[in-house]
Amino acid sequence: MQPDISVKNLNKVYEGGFQALKNINLEINRGEIFALLGPNGAGKTTMISIICGITNLSSGEVRAAGYDIVKDYRKARGTIGLVPQELNTDSFETVWNAVSFSRGLFGKAPNPAHIEKVLRDLSLWDKRNNRIMTLSGGMKRRLMIAKALSHEPRILFLDEPTAGVDVELRRDMWEMVRKLREDGVTIILTTHYIEEAEEMADRIGVIRQGEIILVEDKDQLMSKLGKKELRLQLQNKLDKVPGELILEPVELSEDGYELIYTFDSQQEQAGVARLLRTLGDIGIEYRDLRTRESSLEEIFVGLVHEQAAG
Amino acid sequence: MNFYGVKAIYNFEMSRMRRTLMQSVLSPVISTCLYFIVFGSAIGSRMGNIDSIEYAAYIIPGLVMLSLLMQSISNASFGIYMPKFSGTIYEVLSAPVSYVEVVLGYVGAAATKSVILGLIILATARLFVDYSVLHPFWMLSFLVLTAVTFSMFGFIIGIWADGFEKLQIVPMMIVTPLTFLGGTFYSIDMLPEIWQTISLFNPVVYLISGFRWAFYGVSDVHVGISVGMTLLFLVACMGGIWWIFKTGYRLRT
Ligand SMILES: Nc1ncnc2c1ncn2[C@@H]1O[C@H](COP(=O)(O)OP(=O)(O)OP(=O)(O)O)[C@@H](O)[C@H]1O
Ligand SMILES: [Mg+2]
Repeated sequence: MQPDISVKNLNKVYEGGFQALKNINLEINRGEIFALLGPNGAGKTTMISIICGITNLSSGEVRAAGYDIVKDYRKARGTIGLVPQELNTDSFETVWNAVSFSRGLFGKAPNPAHIEKVLRDLSLWDKRNNRIMTLSGGMKRRLMIAKALSHEPRILFLDEPTAGVDVELRRDMWEMVRKLREDGVTIILTTHYIEEAEEMADRIGVIRQGEIILVEDKDQLMSKLGKKELRLQLQNKLDKVPGELILEPVELSEDGYELIYTFDSQQEQAGVARLLRTLGDIGIEYRDLRTRESSLEEIFVGLVHEQAAG
Repeated sequence: MNFYGVKAIYNFEMSRMRRTLMQSVLSPVISTCLYFIVFGSAIGSRMGNIDSIEYAAYIIPGLVMLSLLMQSISNASFGIYMPKFSGTIYEVLSAPVSYVEVVLGYVGAAATKSVILGLIILATARLFVDYSVLHPFWMLSFLVLTAVTFSMFGFIIGIWADGFEKLQIVPMMIVTPLTFLGGTFYSIDMLPEIWQTISLFNPVVYLISGFRWAFYGVSDVHVGISVGMTLLFLVACMGGIWWIFKTGYRLRT
């Protein structure tokens, strides 16, 4: 199956000579949720803007739904809905008019039933006759989503959709994104809340200083790069890590009451068993034990720093 | 052709104009009335006829042109400048609309409004002066052509402007003087020879002259030249817009 978005050797040099994207290659599959992660200024918005036609590319080739975004811009853009990072709205328009405008702009015949559905799904129906300037920030964010969905796009870009959105609403949004995916919509989102990517994404791409440094299936990424931690609450205080364990990745907590063993998810069985055996052999007793997996956030921070150092 | 796209932009612009009805219709109508009262009735009554046309009637085509030019430019320049300023332009840029369609929507709406305004001013003028239109077809043609041309010009200014100041400066500093010196209040023939020659470099002279011909059958320059010049500006503005979209000038980084 051909990818829904295909980016080949994409470069972007802004006027003034700053290179925001460096030879990006990326494929996003039909119907997946792809999370694009990266620190501020990494080039996420730049890449999205190019794919959506807002910014010109410097070199390379981009296809959306199989259509070249330059030569076949009409067809390519028609398949895409965009929720931009900035909350740019026409203050004086009503919610209903703004969403209807977007649908028309994308060349679709009026369909009040669809607009109603979108507004209801985003809990904006009661506000349909309100002017946009009377909406709260979170409502404006949802309005932007409604505008993007007004023309029934097959590909949806969400550039930090949950920035400034409260916890409950964020959950609703995740729910909505999942529902869209079930309907077959391909979703590309950027976020600084890593737990969001962890919760939602099928695949994850990490971009840093204009370069894609990693693209992985989320589950694989978690198991490959994720670390696990085993914490043992000791019966008696220790002064230092026992000599028998000195070669193992074991640390002692500051108060001396906890042994912390860190291991890669992949080698878990053997390591844990060996550790517990050794402890039994040397007579160290423990009251309790807990394991904890590192979050995507920790993986992400590790990745970005490691790459920065190297 | 993305017909719905053009319609969306057009309707959006028209509804923006309806919201600003006071500013966009009432104020030009009022200022034109003031001109009629001051120049038409008060001073005009002491002026002789020009080309055997009563002075108050003589200035009508020029005054309509003045409003038409100013309004076309300001409507169209604001129309495209505001989304650039507020950032909502992203939606138009990401939509499957060609630049011809974008121009049709924005310029079409601005020109529509200018034409309507021109007609309103003409109707208002009727309250002050009894005038007739000799060539109604040409009168309307000049009205529409000028509205379209200068809406395009305004569109270009709106894209070029990167602040509100620049938006105001062209209409204030260039169009107003050119219109005042373009024969709104006098016939070019009344000027000393040297100024007559200089006037011929003023594009607005041709617009007003042609427009006045449509009313009264008298003109400073031959009406054919007026039509030709108007079309020339139209083509020049089209060229400017074509270049803007081709290069992405100030729209796409
Ligand atoms: N119009 C522009 N002209 C010049 N440089 C730009 C322009 N837009 C963005 N940049 C630069 O390109 C780089 C990437 O910016 P971009 O907005 O794509 O980052 P981002 O990954 O979306 O960051 P954030 O997480 O803060 O939204 C930044 O260094 C930015 O300063
Ligand atoms: Mg960004």
